Amino acid sequence: MSAIERSVSGDASGRAAAFTSPEAGEALTIVEPLIFSASRPGRRAVRYPLPSSAARAAASDQPAIPEAAARASAPRLPEVAELDLLRHFNRLSHLNHAIELGFYPLGSCTMKYNPKVNEWAARLPGLADSHPLDPDPLAQGSLELEWLLAELLKEISGFAAISLQPAAGAHGELTGLLMARAYHRARGEGEQRTKVLVPDSSHGTNPATATMVGYTAVTIPSNPRGGIDLDSLRAALGPDTAALMITNPSTLGIFEDQIDQVIAAVQGAGAIAYMDGANLNAILGRFRPGEAGFDVMHFNLHKTFSTPHGGGGPGAGPVGVSERLAAFLPAPLPLLVAGDPEDVRRNAWAGRTTPGARFALEEAGVRPTSIGKVRAFTGNFGMFVRAYTYIRSNGGDGLREVSNDAVLAANYLRVRLADAFDLPYDRICKHEVVFSGRRQKREHGVSTLDIAKAILDHRIHPPTIYFPLIVEEALMIEPTETESLETLDAFVEIMHGIAEQASDDPDALRRAPVTTPVGRLDEAAAARRPDLRHEFD
Amino acid sequence: MSYSPHTAADRERMLAAIGVGSVDDLFADIPAAVRATRFELPPPLAEQEVRAELARLAGRNRIPSVSFLGAGVYRHLVPSVVSEVIGRAEFSTSYTPYQPEVSQGTLQSIYEFQSLICELTGMEVATASHYDGATATAEAALMACRLTRRHRVAVSTAVNPQVRRVLATYCAGPAIEIVEVAADIVEGGTGLTSPAAAAGTLSDDCACLIVQQPNMFGGIEPMAELADAAHDTGALMVAVVEPTSLALLAAPDSYGADIVAAEGQPLGIPASYGGPYVGLMAARMESVRQMPGRLVGATRDGQGRKGYVLTLQAREQHIRREKAASNICTNQALIALAAATFLSAVGPEGLRELADLSAIQTRHVASTIETAGLGERRFSAPYFAEVAIRIPDASRRHAALAEQGIVAGYLLERDYPELADTLLLAATELTTDADIDALVERLGATR
Repeated sequence: MSAIERSVSGDASGRAAAFTSPEAGEALTIVEPLIFSASRPGRRAVRYPLPSSAARAAASDQPAIPEAAARASAPRLPEVAELDLLRHFNRLSHLNHAIELGFYPLGSCTMKYNPKVNEWAARLPGLADSHPLDPDPLAQGSLELEWLLAELLKEISGFAAISLQPAAGAHGELTGLLMARAYHRARGEGEQRTKVLVPDSSHGTNPATATMVGYTAVTIPSNPRGGIDLDSLRAALGPDTAALMITNPSTLGIFEDQIDQVIAAVQGAGAIAYMDGANLNAILGRFRPGEAGFDVMHFNLHKTFSTPHGGGGPGAGPVGVSERLAAFLPAPLPLLVAGDPEDVRRNAWAGRTTPGARFALEEAGVRPTSIGKVRAFTGNFGMFVRAYTYIRSNGGDGLREVSNDAVLAANYLRVRLADAFDLPYDRICKHEVVFSGRRQKREHGVSTLDIAKAILDHRIHPPTIYFPLIVEEALMIEPTETESLETLDAFVEIMHGIAEQASDDPDALRRAPVTTPVGRLDEAAAARRPDLRHEFD
Repeated sequence: MSYSPHTAADRERMLAAIGVGSVDDLFADIPAAVRATRFELPPPLAEQEVRAELARLAGRNRIPSVSFLGAGVYRHLVPSVVSEVIGRAEFSTSYTPYQPEVSQGTLQSIYEFQSLICELTGMEVATASHYDGATATAEAALMACRLTRRHRVAVSTAVNPQVRRVLATYCAGPAIEIVEVAADIVEGGTGLTSPAAAAGTLSDDCACLIVQQPNMFGGIEPMAELADAAHDTGALMVAVVEPTSLALLAAPDSYGADIVAAEGQPLGIPASYGGPYVGLMAARMESVRQMPGRLVGATRDGQGRKGYVLTLQAREQHIRREKAASNICTNQALIALAAATFLSAVGPEGLRELADLSAIQTRHVASTIETAGLGERRFSAPYFAEVAIRIPDASRRHAALAEQGIVAGYLLERDYPELADTLLLAATELTTDADIDALVERLGATR
């Protein structure tokens, strides 16, 4: 079992999880009943008007739904009153930790503040009610917003062209590798280039994406400084390499200080250099991947650009590309078809509409080199509205400050916690820092899982655990730029306290959490006997 | 400026603790050759200024006063209670429930969502969500290939063209071949996919037959017979369904669907120029280990309390990496919550009322157009809440009506060259009799 598999089965310390088998017919304590338990026949929350008799009369000369195609019995959806519905979901919400309740230093996820003005903007009826197939003349606002966001992302990243279509980072990765594939095929090298190189520190989506596109993922080791090992990379590169996927700063929170040589080596071998942009929060205004020579990168709007994580989405994963991949971008792109781009930008930055400027969706078939569509329509537009609002609120100065403060905060935690926990890479980090809980494991039998569960009792979310895989008992802390110094200091105190408890009272940590709505859950049983839906009696 | 709370004093304290003189020192490891040489973005805006900018853009859209546009995205009421629930910060500002002890709100709501989708579709297991209906359909096709170990998929041309394009993109990577089953859209045709045509196209190396119900033209497909045609060759039946239609139309399990994919947007999600929406997927339990996406399961803690966790994670990228069933990580959780709230708010009666109204108003508009002599139904088959109407000179007249703030449906010639002069009209519970009168009157005026 890998470390991750052990951790999710509650068995990270190597001992059997302390769950007794439920006895037959044992009644479990219910924290909050399922919505179905508030259901009584005849209750309703939402009602609709009845069709008029004129409507019924007119409809009667049209064919009815054939009996053979009709539903046999009504679905057993809940029948609840609106008040009970709201109470249920409000009480459920109280069972969650969230950024707006407390510190959430989940490394690699960038859990920064989600500004409320972004929500105000996304709910404007002029934007929320825009149908993606409305004729272009009726959708000039939607098209202009998409165009302007792409312009901003180009400037931020240094890429030549942008597609907003992908719905998440992994979706952006899929898009990037599909474009790499199209690029190689166009040059007659599609058959020979079968491998995608990924560092051993890579996020799981990287190799998973390679497989989805029909490539074989090859792992490249990291060097002792925490960067990709250049010699191993050079040895692995060859005419069968389609691409390198690399995160920069790496998943260790460390900037790849040989990145120029990495890109040169990859492109020298005729391969595509893909940057996983999940860690962009570290480098705004300091490093522009397109300018540095990357061929393609995905952005995570729900990380760097503050759109809310939603308990697991929706996100958005636009991609930026260099000139040589632009022909392969997903279609259709939002285009400026009348008006000078410089005028449109200058006016928009000053809050003005450019007279005579007109936008349109790229027509079907005009760019046959496109990889096609990776999703219906042009993307998660509601997230574009939020990201655009965020970028305009911050401006260039604000975005520079974002990275400055994110990196400052992470380094502050690095030095304040370095006495209590092992620091595998003892050097300046960027926006996140990776510790190892191996000292606590070896000396006291306390795993990083136990540390994480103990943190829960302090009303903050633990850091990311057991990732990246190359660090034993990994603990990845990403504070972001929106946490006050008091919050950071309080976290340091909590972590020092837990480090002490690891030696003084390890059993307390192994019992944690004890103040949360539920304690550690039997994940092994959940997988052994899957119960994935409510069963009606 | 940024939302950072740090004062100059705060920054000085942190720099002193770190032992560097300025924040620039923390970026010294970026090689000089690759440092950014420009970062020319507009200046920061105060809240009132950024509001004005977004209002400017919103104002540049002309939301139609009357719209019969569907074609995969439908204007339904977003009940106030749905907006209220997904507006809660505990749901919107939390993330993937990797620490289940503090994520029971998210996890239980996903379990309820999975339960509701199972109940709606009649299937045994449903995932926590996909990006949209099109990607859910593409993932279903890949899943069918894994289950059958075959490398070809058959898809009806009556499946939404956006879905088919995404399917083509997803199949390109693993070199899965797509064959099309031609729907009967010739002159006087049914507008449906015939089982004979399906049988004629299916071979014993097709992993699945993908059919949409109702189809792109609103037509009600013979799903049981199509499932039989698929099963006769050992292929799986993938049903792409419109969720509100399931109030009136047979649940997919009852006609032998093996995998169900759907676009969940009609379940209380605004049109929002194309997203965020939510992809639904459901299947039988025996296929669960090949299902892509997250699954939430029930279990218990050490004190005998019921709880929910992400489960069967060995299918997923964070465990299996290159051997994962899919690369999906972030999905559409908050939108799934909206859909679950919607289904709980409307209940079976409300969903039936919504479907009834949509179907009646669609028949109402078709009938009124025919009675007025302005056009006639293109296809003979019964339809649910969307109908293809032949109207002479449709393209010019559609544009003229759009100028007046009336969107007369979707011009099918955009995707089907053989269907010139055909409008695809969709009505919903929001379509009033006055809307229908306005459409017919304006259409008449453009003759």
